[in-house]
Amino acid sequence: MPAEHTGAVGSRWPVRAAYRWEGLILALLAGVALWASLGVDGFANGSNVSFLLLDTTEIALMVLTMTLVIVAAEIDLSVASTLGLSCAVLGQLWNAGLPIEAIMPICLLVGAVCGAFNGLLVTGLGLPSLAVTIGTYALFRGLAYVLLGDQAVADLPPAYTGLATASLGPIPLASLLVVVLAGVAAVVLHATGLGRSIFALGSNVEAAFFAGVRVKRIKFWLFVASGTMASLASLVYTFRYASARADNGMGLELAVVAAVLLGGVSIFGGRGSLPGVLMAVLLLGVVRNALILADVANEVLNFVTGLLLVASVLAPNLGAVRRRRTTPSVEGKSVS
Amino acid sequence: MTTRTPWRPAALLTGLVLLTAACGGGTTRSDVAQQQSSAPAGAASSAAADPNAPIKQGLKVAFLPKQVNNPYFTIANQGGISAAAEYGGEGKEVGPSDASASSQVSYINTLTQQKQDAIVISANDPNAVVPALKQAMAAGIKVVSYDSDTAADGRQIFVNQASAEDLGRTEVQLLAEQIGHKGKIAVLSATPNATNQNAWIEFMKDELTKPEFKDMELVKVAYGNDDDQKSFTETQGLLRSYPDLAGIISPTTVGIAAAARYLSDSPYKGKVKLTGLGTPNQLRKFVKDGTIDAFELWNPADLGYLASYAAAALASGQITGAEGERFKAGRLGEYTVGAKGEVLLGKPTVFDKDNIDDFDF
Repeated sequence: MPAEHTGAVGSRWPVRAAYRWEGLILALLAGVALWASLGVDGFANGSNVSFLLLDTTEIALMVLTMTLVIVAAEIDLSVASTLGLSCAVLGQLWNAGLPIEAIMPICLLVGAVCGAFNGLLVTGLGLPSLAVTIGTYALFRGLAYVLLGDQAVADLPPAYTGLATASLGPIPLASLLVVVLAGVAAVVLHATGLGRSIFALGSNVEAAFFAGVRVKRIKFWLFVASGTMASLASLVYTFRYASARADNGMGLELAVVAAVLLGGVSIFGGRGSLPGVLMAVLLLGVVRNALILADVANEVLNFVTGLLLVASVLAPNLGAVRRRRTTPSVEGKSVS
Repeated sequence: MTTRTPWRPAALLTGLVLLTAACGGGTTRSDVAQQQSSAPAGAASSAAADPNAPIKQGLKVAFLPKQVNNPYFTIANQGGISAAAEYGGEGKEVGPSDASASSQVSYINTLTQQKQDAIVISANDPNAVVPALKQAMAAGIKVVSYDSDTAADGRQIFVNQASAEDLGRTEVQLLAEQIGHKGKIAVLSATPNATNQNAWIEFMKDELTKPEFKDMELVKVAYGNDDDQKSFTETQGLLRSYPDLAGIISPTTVGIAAAARYLSDSPYKGKVKLTGLGTPNQLRKFVKDGTIDAFELWNPADLGYLASYAAAALASGQITGAEGERFKAGRLGEYTVGAKGEVLLGKPTVFDKDNIDDFDF
């Protein structure tokens, strides 16, 4: 395994920049949280923290795999549609009388198949993931509507819907799931050979290939993981809202990609860290929660979130742009 | 993924699924249905209503529409906020900019945090909002639904804009006036299985059996599927099949607009009468050019106004949401809570060229 290779590809600059960026997000998060605790009524108490965490559960789940995908210089825009399709499958099978315990693994399987479909098109046919997943974004959502139409399946078992909203003190059970999976994803990305390979193929796919990284195989499985995670998120979503519908999670893919980029992951791949992304998810959640509590109108809310995102894409890339000017042959062209 | 089999985990998962299914254990839909039917039917609220309690001052009432910046809800919520000003309360409108099923939930949680006295909500998804609303009610917040109801255990009162019976019967009466109680009429509906429209059409048919409408004959119910183009061509087809048609009732906002557009450019303009459910902004032009004499809809401002007073009455302990309780709603007068906590706004408002400019939604 060309473990140390990554260090050579991404020069010292971006590494330091990444730390600085995470520091900035952390400072911003602390600042906003402090401001909200002091200045916004009803922010700093257990039940609000619980609402806040619960509201970010699905996004927090999906960013875990999305981070890996984007670090590998790919993207998966079909996650929210996979979530919708998985909800529709759940609803339809529940209507058909299957036990929920059997439906849940089937849903995960559906997500895995969706991801595998993306992965095959990207790695097998060498198509760009942006185009592929815009296509499957429409395809999976369309399929969800074909399955469930505009009906909502709501008579789900209270034991499970209760579990999805239950919390231990101020910490929702669903967030514990996020913590466990985040730990796994962070270890994979930052402490294993596989993680180093993902960084390597993200920063320079050809170099990685010649260094022996199994580029296609890794990418394929990243898409499968992304799809599976989307259907895991669909289970949380469905039980949390006690409602399985084809339009569940509409638009979430943008929130997911946004959080990943705000977390300092380079859209060109090869750079980023999971802790940064998770802090970004929290930051977006805290900002949103505090502004709604402060009765800020929805339009302003979208404006503020948008501003954060533009800044997040702009700031880390200012350095990259500078570097590209000085050294003409650079990464970023790595379309596999 | 060249040589190894990537299918092994998938096969394993499938095996697991089949295993769980085969074991026959687990919770199915019928289990849940059984549990729910055996559960005691709705715990009655313990607090007794005091009809003479004064309305509390400074009540905080939040209006949570399906979507903000939607003219219909803007008007309804302005009605509600002005009512709050009348009874010495404080009203505000908050909500998502997209009408998705779950976006309302974080707003409900926020309002719970803000310790509002009442939440007035039009639900995007009758079920998805219930867990959050239950938490709100557990925190002592009163919940009124308006326009679109939630599941019954998610609110104390539902302010219903119009009953199916009123809408069905008044539309026949409206058209009868316009065509002199005589002639062939048709209905241009939404989809063949649209619950609301079908209920209204049943009441239309029933109204037509009354002696004063004996010279009116319903010749056809056409379906435009709430699609503009389809509704347009269906209108065209109706007039081709029945050139002596006297009038059309279209109890759907999409249908009436499409039919009006067809009629206004045809020789039937003004001769074939058109009425039904529509909004003033959509039909203003056709009322002014004589295509439509009058149509109807509930007044959204009154709907918000009534919902606001219902919220205040709940928060002040005048009512609890039980059938038969009564409360006063400012200029609209006194209302009685019906079965399942429903309060009915009343007869729909008729819009014609004399009053249409008073409405902007």
